[in-house]
Amino acid sequence: MGDYRNSAFMFVLGGLVALFVTVQSVVFLKKAWGEGQKRGMPVDKMRKAFVSSAVFTLIPSLSILLTMLTLAGGLGLALPWIRLSVIGAITYELPAAEAAAQAMGTSLTVFDMPVSVFTVIAWVMTLGIMSGPIFIIVYLKKLQGRVNKIKTEDNRWGALLISAMFVGLISSFLGSSLAGGLISMLTLFSSALLMFLFVQLEKKASIKVFKDFALPVSMVGAMALAILYYGFLGR
Amino acid sequence: MSSRMAKQSYEQSIHRMGRIWMSAAMLLILAVPVAISVNLNTWPGLSPLLAGLLPILMIYVPIGIIEVITFSPMLGSGSTYLAFTTGNLTNLKVPCALNAMEIVDVEPGSEDGEIISTIAVAASSLTTNLVLVIGVLLFVQLAPILSAPILQPAFGNILPALFGALGYLYISKNWKLAVVPLTLMVLVFFVVPTAPVGILIPISALSAIAAARYMYMKKLI
Repeated sequence: MGDYRNSAFMFVLGGLVALFVTVQSVVFLKKAWGEGQKRGMPVDKMRKAFVSSAVFTLIPSLSILLTMLTLAGGLGLALPWIRLSVIGAITYELPAAEAAAQAMGTSLTVFDMPVSVFTVIAWVMTLGIMSGPIFIIVYLKKLQGRVNKIKTEDNRWGALLISAMFVGLISSFLGSSLAGGLISMLTLFSSALLMFLFVQLEKKASIKVFKDFALPVSMVGAMALAILYYGFLGR
Repeated sequence: MSSRMAKQSYEQSIHRMGRIWMSAAMLLILAVPVAISVNLNTWPGLSPLLAGLLPILMIYVPIGIIEVITFSPMLGSGSTYLAFTTGNLTNLKVPCALNAMEIVDVEPGSEDGEIISTIAVAASSLTTNLVLVIGVLLFVQLAPILSAPILQPAFGNILPALFGALGYLYISKNWKLAVVPLTLMVLVFFVVPTAPVGILIPISALSAIAAARYMYMKKLI
């Protein structure tokens, strides 16, 4: 059997998944855009949200691409492409694939992977990620109803509740980065400092462009500095 | 139609649409291993499948449920359906939606926030999709560049780089809300540096909510 992992059949499957995600994104985009116009939201505001989000996504997407390339060594290119396009995450796909490979007594680093191992990995990666979507289909409407009820009963507390959840999410990643070693810590502070500088420039010089692209630029700047820190400090 | 009725009608239609698309996405991704097994004429036996699946389910079922409960109030309904279909929530979709709402000055969880968050997640999903397609087409050329050793410290530190800037933005505005969860998380990670962030997000969020409620009741915020 030739390289079944990179066969035309696998890439056709990947193409279909990519097409599905594209169509769904366009449908939801149109729906939100139309609703925004109905509510009188300025088109400029929506366009700004779209463009800044696309720009912001570029660098994290490269990291997703890197995960795809990492997995491609053992699984070929198409299956990681499929898994990272739909209901996937860089934090999930690698451990799921490795757990399945180990259960079959092998590893992802094996180049000549038997078909039987490959199919088990494909099934495990797929079935293991289903809980979130199932929970959403069954409970999201009820959950959002409860959140809306809290906001209707006490609007100020409703807004604080959402802010507290955001701050909780961010705090967990800040804690993880602070304890992740010297380079991680320095990268975190560099990114925060760059953002501080952009906010000051925007306030003092009133240059709007700083606000629109401050996050991706701070992120790329801090990543570049991480290379420098690594060069000076090693691990 | 009053604005309240219009909002309810949008809510109803977004849930209907979201459930249909989410169900279709689940069928599609289930069809992938089925198609692979049919094409290769190899089906996994039950015991190897369970041996691989059980450890993953034990970790990712709670994480999947917790992510929905934690992220959906921030993202809003339309954005949640789309973000959970296209994936990569904590490292991409949630920060992206946060950033967009910040840039155009709308409150997360508000009616306008729901619209902007959906537009942000759609833009993000389309961009990632495009980057991955380019990655597949230019695999041979891109692989050596992206996996060059000199770039590894940059990609290895993408989360500190992302959350440092995002943390400054939000904590400078809500520093009172951050004191309890940030102290707790720093302590936890210094004691157990390898603790899984996915499990700790809800603990951190719950501590932030409890502290916020206390300060709200005592009129400290």
